[in-house]
Amino acid sequence: MGSEKVRMTTPANIVVGLGSAKEGVGHWWMQRVSSIALMPLTLLFVVPFGQTIGDGYEAVRALYAQPLHALIAILFILTNFWHLAQGLQVVIEDYVEHKGARTLMLLGNTMFCGLCAVAGVFAVAKLAFVGV
Amino acid sequence: MPNVNRGSRPLSPHLSIYAYQITWVLSILHRATGCALLVGVVLVVWWLFAAATGPDAFAVADNFLSSWLGGFVLLGSLFALSYHFLNGVRHLFWDAGYGFEIRNVTLSGWAVVIGSFVMTGGLWLLALL
Repeated sequence: MGSEKVRMTTPANIVVGLGSAKEGVGHWWMQRVSSIALMPLTLLFVVPFGQTIGDGYEAVRALYAQPLHALIAILFILTNFWHLAQGLQVVIEDYVEHKGARTLMLLGNTMFCGLCAVAGVFAVAKLAFVGV
Repeated sequence: MPNVNRGSRPLSPHLSIYAYQITWVLSILHRATGCALLVGVVLVVWWLFAAATGPDAFAVADNFLSSWLGGFVLLGSLFALSYHFLNGVRHLFWDAGYGFEIRNVTLSGWAVVIGSFVMTGGLWLLALL
């Protein structure tokens, strides 16, 4: 207080006239799109995945040598990490107040989810193309 | 509003003194399970990538997932998945404009909680087949 400069403008007055981010509800909507796509994909991926854990190397290669299972796995991985990146982004934006830390975490989130998605797709594609 | 006297105003109640209500508990659990599922999907990618790398790398990943600890993490992930899945459906109904009455919110909330245990058990049994 005291000599501290008191800002009399409202938060709205600071942004009025600067225009919108031109993205509107895009992020919100795409999160719904990915969640709906994930409902069948998750079930179709998780069951054969769970059945194959512990069955050995040849079993997992045989599973993803089947084009349908490879397709399901690739669609699941892409949609899953897309949805995960969207969700974690909102969580970071909500809870990390420090601007620098927030920017770093948002960058890390995008890159880590992208890395995992590409690694997963690459792995399934290799298993599928090499075959048994 | 001028930035006057912000610091000494009384704060709104924090989590530590809030009474537990099914609405907010399930809401924060949706976020918690979503974040926790990061662990599960990273394990899945590790397992797949190890399989693409070769038999030795795969043995390490597959042995971990078949171990006591790996199984515990997978079971936890399966529960988180079931909860996030079912509560996600609940959210989609809200997005479409249905189920906002307090009675329905409570009912759908308990349905999600019970459904999560059922779905976890069902998927676990399917995986054992």
